[in-house]
Amino acid sequence: MSGSNPLTVPECPTIPSLLKEVRTGNMRAISRAISLLETNGPERKALLEGVEPFSGHAPIIGITGYPGAGKSTVIDQLITAYRSQGKKVGVLAVDISSSLTGGAILGDRIRMQHHSLDERVYIRSMGTRGHRGGLSMATRDAIHVLDAAGYDVVLVETIGMGQEEGEIARIAQTVVDVVAPGLGDDVQAMKAGILEVAHIVVVNKADHAGAHETLQSLREWVPEVLLATATTGEGIPSLVEAITRHQQSLEVEAPISG
Amino acid sequence: MTTATTPIRVLIGKVGLDGHDRGVKLVARALRDSGVEVIYTGLHQTPEQVVNIAIQEDVNAIGLSIHSGAHTSLFPRVLELLKTHHAEDIAVFGGGIIPSDDVGPLMETGVRALFPPGTSMSRIVEFVKGLPR
Repeated sequence: MSGSNPLTVPECPTIPSLLKEVRTGNMRAISRAISLLETNGPERKALLEGVEPFSGHAPIIGITGYPGAGKSTVIDQLITAYRSQGKKVGVLAVDISSSLTGGAILGDRIRMQHHSLDERVYIRSMGTRGHRGGLSMATRDAIHVLDAAGYDVVLVETIGMGQEEGEIARIAQTVVDVVAPGLGDDVQAMKAGILEVAHIVVVNKADHAGAHETLQSLREWVPEVLLATATTGEGIPSLVEAITRHQQSLEVEAPISG
Repeated sequence: MTTATTPIRVLIGKVGLDGHDRGVKLVARALRDSGVEVIYTGLHQTPEQVVNIAIQEDVNAIGLSIHSGAHTSLFPRVLELLKTHHAEDIAVFGGGIIPSDDVGPLMETGVRALFPPGTSMSRIVEFVKGLPR
């Protein structure tokens, strides 16, 4: 061990030097910045003021859907697709924190593990820490950090508890809802909730029984519904195209509204 | 939420080739139940993957389970990589089948704690909760 106990004196860079490192894409600095934002301490304001001017470039893609529908596996495939386009990819994966203890098992990245050695992919797991709405309090702040650090696209995975996940619609430009066949009829689709805000719905596990029926019933409610099998990558190119189309439609709209 | 309630973050995973993950899952759950944010990596991680994930997740500690006999190379490699990334402040601890003769030398390389089979969960939890923040 080194002489000065590195544990009791953790690396504590000043905010300006931390921001400088974030802008160069230093992963340790990015991680520290996100942790500081998560603790919502006194540094938050200065950090946000430091990153926000450099933010606003990366498309933010929200991935939502029930637990087990395949959100993380879809993200794994999207990372591969965007990396093949040469893009730097940031991922924020939110899992639920225990309301009893505050503890959490953050396990989304298990499905994304063959990207953990790619220097142009940053994956961060976040606990909800008591925040409701499918994301954590600091998710929006963390997006600004990744955007300012030069990530070309940011993928945000919600906890996936279903109908109370509207917050992602206020944070992401494009919301993708991942559903699996056999989880309810079209009356479920009629209910208010995530399908209202989803721009694209992916019927994942297309190799399972009932996938085509689910596709048909959802087509009555959502403009863009696709079939995919995320474990094999089937249908992912169509999803990437649909996301791009949606992003382009926003670019066309933007000058009119603004 | 304030700094005082910020949970400790710990990476829990298995490095190397063995698939014995019952113990490591129990540890992950015990830590969750004591208020820790556990980043669970699953099986078959390389030291390089573990260290990259630890940095991206800004964890306070890395807990590794090894039943393959490769502990004498895997722990030192993780510590070496942490040093390369200037991340020696991340504490490394472990469990699994580690012969008592190997414990001393591993602790000398910088492993903070090794918990042999039969260790009570409360001892592991106590160790993690006692880590400097």
